[in-house]
Amino acid sequence: MIRVTRKYCFSASHRLHAPALSDARNRELYGKCNNPFGHGHNYELEVSVRGPLDVRLGRVLDIRLLDDLVRSQVLEPFEHRNLNEEVAEFRAVVPTSENLGREVIRRLKQNWEAVFPGRWPRLERVAIAETSRNRFEVLSHEID
Amino acid sequence: MLITRKVDFSASHVCRLPALSDEANRALFGAGANPRGHGHNYVLEVTVEGTPDSVTGMVMDMKFLKQILDREVVEIYDHRFLNHEIAPFDHVIPTPENIAIDIWNRLHPHLAGARARLHAVRVYETPDLYVDYFGEAA
Repeated sequence: MIRVTRKYCFSASHRLHAPALSDARNRELYGKCNNPFGHGHNYELEVSVRGPLDVRLGRVLDIRLLDDLVRSQVLEPFEHRNLNEEVAEFRAVVPTSENLGREVIRRLKQNWEAVFPGRWPRLERVAIAETSRNRFEVLSHEID
Repeated sequence: MLITRKVDFSASHVCRLPALSDEANRALFGAGANPRGHGHNYVLEVTVEGTPDSVTGMVMDMKFLKQILDREVVEIYDHRFLNHEIAPFDHVIPTPENIAIDIWNRLHPHLAGARARLHAVRVYETPDLYVDYFGEAA
């Protein structure tokens, strides 16, 4: 088995605010990230795929297929968007990097079979870095 | 414990199947199929697994690891046209997957000690594409 990882970038804004909590508690919990006007990041996204080598072609997958899938399902919907207001899933879910990672996995898994119909390759993980100082990794099997 | 050493090399390659036409190769491998070749600044990260020695506090001497990487990989791969100059790439396409496997095969005999064992080979073809290989068993 070999794991292939591709890095992508997108820029988007968000605001961390949990509606179930008071404004004061939100400010205390999320600090600057609770600013009502929102703020933005240059997100870095890693997508890792695992599979056996196709010996004839010397590869685990045609990386262009993964690029197209990530572009249509994640980059285009997220790029230069206000995640809270323009991505439906984040109307009710706080767009933390944890939840962003889960949503990316969900979107890729929902469309995986159409692009990769066989048993392999499989989506293994995604990693989201809001800034270069942090990274959030979600494993594919953690998400239905 | 896992310890990782990073080295780099620059090389050219072409991804194509000789039995197929230029057009078919282009459809399969895109720009990478250009028969004249193209190059990358490859980055290699090699991870060794082991237990630190109780006296030295080291899993293995990083200088020694660097020497192995230089001797077994960098001096062989650096500034070469992989398809034409490095076995097995006369008959195996030098994709990053196959490069990672070949590097594993070159390093494994030298990193199979009781204290330190080869754990992973990571090859970056470009800053936004890398592959990890953990050996045949993984």
